[in-house]
Amino acid sequence: MKQTFLTIVSQQRIADNVMEMCLEGDTSGITASGQFVNIKVEGLFLRRPISVCDYTENSLTLVYKIVGEGTRLMAEYPAGTVLDVLTGLGNGYDTSLSGDAPLLIGGGVGVPPMYNLCKTLVAEGKHPTVVLGFNSKGDVFYEKEFEALGATVTVTTADGSYGVKGFVTDALPTTYSHFYCCGPEPMLKAVYRATSTSGQFSFEERMGCGFGACMGCSCKTITGYKRICKEGPVLQKEEILW
Amino acid sequence: MVNTKVTLSGISLDNPIIPASGTFGYGWEFAELYDINCLGTFSFKGTTAESRFGNPTPRIAECPAGMINSVGLQNPGVDNVISEQLPKLKACFNKPVMANVGGFSVEEYAQTCAKLDKEPQVGWLEVNVSCPNVHGGGISFGTDPKMAAEVTRSVKAVTEKPVYVKLSPNVTDIVAMAKACEEAGADGISLINTLFGMRIDLKTKRPVIANKMGGFSGPAILPVALRMVYQVYEAVNIPVIGMGGVSSAEDVIEMMLAGATAVQVGAANLVNPFACKEIIEQLPSVMERYGISSLSEIIGGAHHG
Repeated sequence: MKQTFLTIVSQQRIADNVMEMCLEGDTSGITASGQFVNIKVEGLFLRRPISVCDYTENSLTLVYKIVGEGTRLMAEYPAGTVLDVLTGLGNGYDTSLSGDAPLLIGGGVGVPPMYNLCKTLVAEGKHPTVVLGFNSKGDVFYEKEFEALGATVTVTTADGSYGVKGFVTDALPTTYSHFYCCGPEPMLKAVYRATSTSGQFSFEERMGCGFGACMGCSCKTITGYKRICKEGPVLQKEEILW
Repeated sequence: MVNTKVTLSGISLDNPIIPASGTFGYGWEFAELYDINCLGTFSFKGTTAESRFGNPTPRIAECPAGMINSVGLQNPGVDNVISEQLPKLKACFNKPVMANVGGFSVEEYAQTCAKLDKEPQVGWLEVNVSCPNVHGGGISFGTDPKMAAEVTRSVKAVTEKPVYVKLSPNVTDIVAMAKACEEAGADGISLINTLFGMRIDLKTKRPVIANKMGGFSGPAILPVALRMVYQVYEAVNIPVIGMGGVSSAEDVIEMMLAGATAVQVGAANLVNPFACKEIIEQLPSVMERYGISSLSEIIGGAHHG
């Protein structure tokens, strides 16, 4: 973990209530796809944990949905705003387990962490297939961005207004070497049941500190008690108690 | 040169800053972030006889100038603390540590304290009779002076180390609680624990916290803590460790003027993991600004004149 001050370069709305924030500064605290950052929002007490969508040595992209007061305030920040950010939180995805043809499944606001993961897997010479699930056409984002990485992309919408009608589980390919999944818990459970290979799930929980001190986000797993912010947010399929 | 040293039951502290229990793990986790030897000491995670998972999640809620937690004393149990946590701490912390103990019966408090009494690195025992997040547990000890006194006596009987009793603010008469503990042999009083509070989610129309209610902490409770430290300091002849919403060097000085010999910092650590280090670094210049040459001389200063 590293505390750093990042400057907002740009911010734009990319879907209904979904913002893309580009920042620059020291991102050396980030060591793996699937980690998150914890942002101090002026006027609020607790920081707001947001998953890393993409990063380079000196840039960070966050894609987040406006769901409450914290994200509503964040969305109003103009370019040039300097944010106090704890970076490199959580374990992140393990790409060594992916095999040659990994499957990436993202649902709604669970899509962003799949982006840097996809980029990393492609850079490692692997051939990812991506399934992105949304509620409706207005919620869809990043389809082209994933395609530009060279991945095969399928988009589903629950109401059928765009792509395949249904849920991500209605569009899973028949063969893949390993899967990575991030999204709302009902989706995670559906993917858990619909998949037969090993895989990794990214979890969300209300957090106090985000760096392992408060025990606010603990969960039980087959391998013992884990903190979503520290030993998570990524858990292996085999250790989940479902 | 200003003097930040204070003495807590015969043990000298380089400064009065103590990360509060439950916000600093067993210390070694924070040693990855900075050299924790800069601290006066710290109070480790509330430890019980057996390991506990604690309460269901969500355990955390945002509040104006603070937060609610309902962790429920998650800890690995005293035997693990002795065999795993304290050896890890010893490798990165060369000062006495404050051992925070929770419990569900008088016997359990005594049993856990007796084990920790044998640990050379434990300088003080801080007996938490006030956790708001365990049903049938600590809180009844923390709201009834007779029960708090009984816990104090049972712990004092099994240890030579100084015993600080950590009190709940969720009582009508904090002075009666403190006096009962003093009469039962407590070496000092820690206060305040969190205030019982709750939040309700407007979207779901249900409490945010799975356990419905939890402990409210953060800058919002500083005035309540100051008032109680002030009242207790006036009523007892044992040292008071002040805590509740402290987040700056100025807050530390204010708490000491109210009567605190040492000051714990809790929720601030969760927002800024470097909070205690920064407060310690800022203390000398803030002392100079207010014409304070020695911190130990200002303890209870607000009571004079």
